[in-house]
Amino acid sequence: MKKRKKSNLTKYNNMGYVFVLPFVVVFLIFNVYPVLRTLYLSFTNTKIVGVGEPDWVGFNNYVRCLTDKFFWKALWNTVKMWGVNIILQLGLAFLLMMVFSDVKYKMKGLKVFRIVYYLPNLIAATSVAFLFQTLLDWRYGTFNRIILEIYKLFGMQYNPVDWLGSGATAPYVISVIQTWMWFGNSFIMLMAGVQGISNDYFEAAAIDGAGRWTIFGKITLPLIKPIMMYVAITSLIGGLQLFDMPFLMSNASSVSYKDMQTVVMYMYKFGFTTGTTQTGYASAIAYVLFLIILTVSVIQVKLFNRKED
Amino acid sequence: MNTIGYRIKKTILYILLVLLGVTCLLPFLLMIVNATRTGNEIATSFTLIPGHALVDNWNTVFEFFNLFKGMWNSVKVAIPATLLCLYFSALTAFALAMYKFKGNKLIFGTILVFMMIPGQLGLIGFYNLCTALHLVNSYIPLIIPAIASTGTVFFLRQYVLSSLSPSLVEAARIDGASELYIFHRIAIPIMSPGLATMGIMGFIGNWNNYLLPMIIINKNEKMTLPVMMATLKASTDINANQGAIYLSVAVSIIPILIVFSFFSKYIISSISAGAVKE
Repeated sequence: MKKRKKSNLTKYNNMGYVFVLPFVVVFLIFNVYPVLRTLYLSFTNTKIVGVGEPDWVGFNNYVRCLTDKFFWKALWNTVKMWGVNIILQLGLAFLLMMVFSDVKYKMKGLKVFRIVYYLPNLIAATSVAFLFQTLLDWRYGTFNRIILEIYKLFGMQYNPVDWLGSGATAPYVISVIQTWMWFGNSFIMLMAGVQGISNDYFEAAAIDGAGRWTIFGKITLPLIKPIMMYVAITSLIGGLQLFDMPFLMSNASSVSYKDMQTVVMYMYKFGFTTGTTQTGYASAIAYVLFLIILTVSVIQVKLFNRKED
Repeated sequence: MNTIGYRIKKTILYILLVLLGVTCLLPFLLMIVNATRTGNEIATSFTLIPGHALVDNWNTVFEFFNLFKGMWNSVKVAIPATLLCLYFSALTAFALAMYKFKGNKLIFGTILVFMMIPGQLGLIGFYNLCTALHLVNSYIPLIIPAIASTGTVFFLRQYVLSSLSPSLVEAARIDGASELYIFHRIAIPIMSPGLATMGIMGFIGNWNNYLLPMIIINKNEKMTLPVMMATLKASTDINANQGAIYLSVAVSIIPILIVFSFFSKYIISSISAGAVKE
């Protein structure tokens, strides 16, 4: 009897294979194979796939990448744009979280505010890019027009700033737009963390006569730390892959281009742009970026965990 | 507690929150107003009162490209991709959570690893694969990979583990239900709140996706909305008239705003769920 039951269970469990089969097949073809294929290509001198016989060149592409000053410039641009963005984005989300979780002020309207703050995140990058590119246009843009009108009110002269054309402003404009798009998302996540904290803690603290700053520092902050780490890591992984916004808002012929080119844009140049295609090199860039992201994520996790002791 | 100072501070906080909200909405407001004005008006004056150039701008935009065609193409990609993602992720999640079979842990571990791998890593290999399979300018590479969505499987697996009790499955088996029947009639209904949140986020992600469709699709008549929007860069006619650019952007974001107005609750809760679950 027992034996029969067991064989029946095995029969049921075998259905597991059938159910995961479509996932596994598609996963191997479209996820695993491309990643391995890119790895293989990164060790060859392939220019365009299918054209000529590529040679195995060992780590040549990697050496080239690490000694390529344009790669380092692109990495620095990416880190700069992401860095300014993440400070603004998390800072703003954190402040909002403090405001809405404050036990003294008990702010209302969270549901409405978070919908409004989240709204920019919904819009496709291409639409956002054109919207801001047009608003920020040097001569005809509404943004400069508004500043001009304000200056006029005070009887001052305004020399229109070429926000996207100048290397001094363009990367930071991207950071601010990224912040505009993403702070609502971070805020919702942090707020979800706060709302997940059991009310008992706050009540117990209130009974013990703890002040609102003590409650914030001793209860709220430690308990939402895992979420802050999650937000920081996902933002880092996304941030170092920054592509859409700077790609769409920059112009290869403009002066600011060299300050806006990110690592993925640089990879795109060699991977997918007609005329500059060097697939082998582009693949190596992809892997170097991956290793950088991996290293930074591991360091981030370690740092966050150490503080816990 | 209700001293004057407290009330003033609270009011100031509300004003700041509203100002931040205005910052979020202002670009859209400017967009709507400017979409109705001529390029010349926009360049020389600032106002929040709509102009009279909507029809002219509309004609300029649609002479250059048919945004509705782009939307239709996006629908043709985003809807099948989302449905496949949901069905097969649910199936995989159900199997990983409910059955003990060899390789179960290996698959789950691999999913975890691939969730950490940035999307751009396999991009070149993916494009090579598509060229080799003659899938350039086809929607297949944009739809079929959705069957293997690691993040959705991960999320739904946790969901099944926390909400579907194995005894319920066993009871159904004793009643003679087949495994597929159990999945369709018991597991899917129980998973449906999770499926709804994942489905909406998946749809928005697919709808807004830019890099991959840009690489795969280069024929005008096949372009999805974001890829079509990006061709604006090349249009001198439209770039001469800012009103037309604003109108293109406005038209391009209408569908997603409609989706949001219906499903904002799910969208917000899925972001919250993502944060708390990980």
